[in-house]
Amino acid sequence: MSNHVTVPKTYKLFVNGAFPRSESGRVYEVTTPKGEFLANAAQASRKDARDAVVAARAAVSGWSGATAYNRGQVLYRVAEVLEGRRAQFEDEIVRLQGVSASAARDQVDEAIDRWVWYAGWADKYAQVAGNANPVSGPYFNLSVPEPTGVVAIVAPQDSALVGLVSALAPALVSGNTVVVIASEAFPLSAITLAEVLATSDLPKGVVNVLTGSPAEIAPWLASHADVNALDLVGAGALEWIDLEIAAAETLKRVLPPEDGPDAAAPALGRITAFTETKTVWHTKSLI
Amino acid sequence: MTIDRAVSPAQRALEVLGDDLTESTLKRYLDGIPGVDAVGLEQRAAALGTRSIKTTSKAWALDRIIELIDLTTLEGADTPGKVRSLVAKALVPDAGDPSTPRVAAVCVYGDMVPYAVEALGTAHSAGTDEGVNVAAVATAFPSGRASLAVKLADTADAVAAGADEIDMVIDRGAFLSGRYGLVFDEIVAVKEACRRADGSFAHLKVILETGELNTYDNVRRASWLSILAGGDFIKTSTGKVSPAATLPVTLLMLEVVRDWNRLTGEKIGVKPAGGIRSSKDAIKYLVTVAETVGEEWLQPHLFRFGASSLLNDVLLQRQKLRTGHYSGADYVTID
Repeated sequence: MSNHVTVPKTYKLFVNGAFPRSESGRVYEVTTPKGEFLANAAQASRKDARDAVVAARAAVSGWSGATAYNRGQVLYRVAEVLEGRRAQFEDEIVRLQGVSASAARDQVDEAIDRWVWYAGWADKYAQVAGNANPVSGPYFNLSVPEPTGVVAIVAPQDSALVGLVSALAPALVSGNTVVVIASEAFPLSAITLAEVLATSDLPKGVVNVLTGSPAEIAPWLASHADVNALDLVGAGALEWIDLEIAAAETLKRVLPPEDGPDAAAPALGRITAFTETKTVWHTKSLI
Repeated sequence: MTIDRAVSPAQRALEVLGDDLTESTLKRYLDGIPGVDAVGLEQRAAALGTRSIKTTSKAWALDRIIELIDLTTLEGADTPGKVRSLVAKALVPDAGDPSTPRVAAVCVYGDMVPYAVEALGTAHSAGTDEGVNVAAVATAFPSGRASLAVKLADTADAVAAGADEIDMVIDRGAFLSGRYGLVFDEIVAVKEACRRADGSFAHLKVILETGELNTYDNVRRASWLSILAGGDFIKTSTGKVSPAATLPVTLLMLEVVRDWNRLTGEKIGVKPAGGIRSSKDAIKYLVTVAETVGEEWLQPHLFRFGASSLLNDVLLQRQKLRTGHYSGADYVTID
C-alpha cells in the first residue's frame, strides 16, 4: 500500500517570469463541465494587470531588439517543450473541457502546429509585409514593419489551449510583449503553458498570463496608456464596444472579437495587425 | 595619546557643549550618545511603511512630494542644455496639467549654477520664499577628497554664482577614524564660505553618506555632529554610493532632528537622497516625517527629496488619479 499523498498544484499568475499569487489574495474555483471541483485559480485584480504591463513594457526592448532569427528559434523551442509536456496538457484539457482523449490530443496537436507555423514567420514576415517603394530620385525608400510594443489579449474563452496559442503566438512573432487574460472557465492550461514559456528561453516579462474575470480586468488594460494594442478576440461576451472606445483614447491598435471554432485562425494578418510601418530613405550613391 | 585641539567655536556647539570646546569634549559628547536599537528602528520604519494612503490623501501627498523635490542632475555628462531642460521640467513638470506644482529646487554641480540661475530667470527664488531654489553640490562632491582650500573655493564659487543652497559632503574617512574635530571644523568653515556678499547665508545641507558610515550609531553621531557644527539640513547620501537613502536611516536622522528641536527649539531639515524612485516609497517617507517630527516638517525648508526619476513616477500617479486610467512613460518627458 502506498502512503503517497497527492500534492495538488496551486495555479498562480505568470508575471515577469515569476508565478505570484494575485496581490488581492483572491482565488476562484475551476470546475469540470459537470461542476466537479478541479482547482483554485488565482483571480487577478487590476493591480496585477498593472504590474503585468510594467513587466511587459520592460521586456519590449530586449525581445524586439533580438534578431528575428533568434526570436524564431526561441518560439520554436517553446513548441519543443510543449511537445514534451503534451500528456499533461491532454489530461488537463480532458478534465477542464470534458472532451474525449482523442479530441484533447487533436487540440494539443493543433496548438503545437500553430505555434511552429508562427515561429517560422519570425524571420520571414518582414519580407512579405515590408517593401522597397519606388520613388522619383536616387534613393532607396524602404518600408519595414516593427513591433508596436505591449499587446493586451483577451484569449478565446471557449478553448483551453488552442485559442490561447492562436492569439498569443502571432503577437510575439514580431517582437511585441504580451499581457494575456486567459479563458475564465479553462485557465489551467494557460498556467501550464506559462510553465512551458518560463522554461523555453523566452525572456521574463515577454509573456504575462492573468487568470480571473476578463470583464473585471480588460477595461483596465483597454484604457491603460502604456498598452499599445488590444486583441479582443475572446471578448465577444464582454462590453467590447466600450473596450474599443477606451482603447481609442490612447490610439491603440485593436482586433475585434471572433466567435466559433475558427476564431483566431492562423493568418499573417494577425502578425501584421500589431506592427507599425517604418519608412526610411537612403541615398543610392553620393550625389 | 590624543592631541586635544580646540575646535571652531560654532555657536550651537558652544551652547550645548559649553565654552570649553575642544576635540575631546566633542568626542566625549558624541561617544556619549546612546547606541541605536537597530532591530527596533527597522521594525518601526517597516511599520510606518505599511500605512495605506488613498484617494484625497494620496492626491495631497503626490502634490506635496513634488513641492519637496530637489530635482537633480549630477552626471559627468551634464551640459548647460541638460540643465536648461531640467529647469524647464522643474517649472512645468507636467505640461498637460497646469495645476501641477513646481519643485522646491534644482540640484546641480557647481559649474552648472550660472546656467540654472539664467534658465530660471524670474522664477528663481534668489533668497525669497517664492520660486525655485538653485542647490549646488560642493566640497569635491561626491568623494570629498580634496584639500580644505579647494573645498572652500568650490563652495564660495557656487554661492557667488547664485546658489541658494549648498550640499556639502563630510569627510567620511576622518569621521570613521574618529577625527571628529576635523569633520566639525570643515563643516564650520564651509558654513562660513556660504556667506554671501550681503552677509546672508546660503542654506547648508550636510551629506553624511550613510552608505559609507556602516552603522546606525555612526549615522546618529554624524547627524549630531553636523547639526552642532551649523548644518541647516542633514542629508543621507550623494546618490553615488549604494545603499543610498533608506527608510530606517531617514527615520533615525529625523529622530535626531526631533531631539535637537526638543533640546533647543531649533528646526533642522532632513533630505533623503538617492534610490527613492516610486511615489509609493516617497509616501512612506512623508508618513515617517509626519509621525516622527510632525506635519510641520512637510515643508520645503524642512524636508526635501533628492531625486531625479521620482518626479516622473509621481506625475504618472497624478495622471492616474485625474483620468482614472493607468498612464505610461510616453506621457511624461524623457529626462
